Amino acid sequence: MVSNPYFSLAILFVAALGFGLAPLGLAWLWAWIYSPSKPNAVKNSIYECGLESKGDAWVQFRSAYYLYAIIFLIFDVEAVFLLPFAVAFTGLGMAACVSMLVFVLMLVEGLAWAWVKGILTWA
Amino acid sequence: MAVDNELKIELGKQGVFVTTIEELYNWGRRSSVWPMQFGLACCAIEMIATTMARYDLARFGAEVFRPSPRQADLMIISGTVTKKMAPQVVRLYNQMAEPRYVIAMGACAISGGPFKQGYNVLKGIDRYIPVDVHIPGCPPRPEALMQAFMTLQKKIDEQSLTGADRPRHLDAEAQGEFPVPEPGEHDLEPASNPGVWPAPVVIR
Repeated sequence: MVSNPYFSLAILFVAALGFGLAPLGLAWLWAWIYSPSKPNAVKNSIYECGLESKGDAWVQFRSAYYLYAIIFLIFDVEAVFLLPFAVAFTGLGMAACVSMLVFVLMLVEGLAWAWVKGILTWA
Repeated sequence: MAVDNELKIELGKQGVFVTTIEELYNWGRRSSVWPMQFGLACCAIEMIATTMARYDLARFGAEVFRPSPRQADLMIISGTVTKKMAPQVVRLYNQMAEPRYVIAMGACAISGGPFKQGYNVLKGIDRYIPVDVHIPGCPPRPEALMQAFMTLQKKIDEQSLTGADRPRHLDAEAQGEFPVPEPGEHDLEPASNPGVWPAPVVIR
């Protein structure tokens, strides 16, 4: 085992681990010996800038918000791909232009779908 | 103390350094008193100035203003405590881990200051939580805050780990929870914490 070329690395790893864990252990030991812990309900309560927390942090959002996510995606992706398309427009061949138009058409379809569904009207 | 101070200095000159656990412990505590990032009123502006380059509170190991009471050691009550804010202040103090210290900064935090007659002003935060250092002033200058800080450091340095006068965090019997006041019909209820601030008896 000692002849293994990685043996020194293993020793270094253990030393590094000890270097990290020893201060933590010492701090814990110190606190355990000297500091009586005095937990209470106010101390253990959730920190909310001094206010009492109300309700649960694990709230659920309405699934209907997926529509906004989709519309955001349409415009976001469109913007990301349209900018390089516009920059390289003069140097593009016919095939690239058509494929790009197909891509834009697909996104426009999504927009049209949202429009027909009536999401764009602010209720 | 096992080694008296003069012998210690003499030994130090010879390159021999002796210390005690107590000294090491207090040195560690006083050299990294982290205040809570928490300002109440105009005194907070002076507190902010104290931490900036011109006054540089970092020299005393207190530059790290923690945004959470879990990591803070020192609460600087910097300004007027209204009765609306007092429950939050006391709750935050309760949420700090021991050892914890309080500096009441300015006339308002000490006694209500110029707003003492106000219906909604708490007449001193020491009615609810134990204050270590009071600094007068309206507002106190940054130098005054540093003076308070050094006073607190001296106070920490003089604490002993054992004995009857040991600090609260080392005393298992000492009170750990300070009741959070509730807004009542006319005043906060309770109006003060008798364990911290015995209400003066008015003799007519």
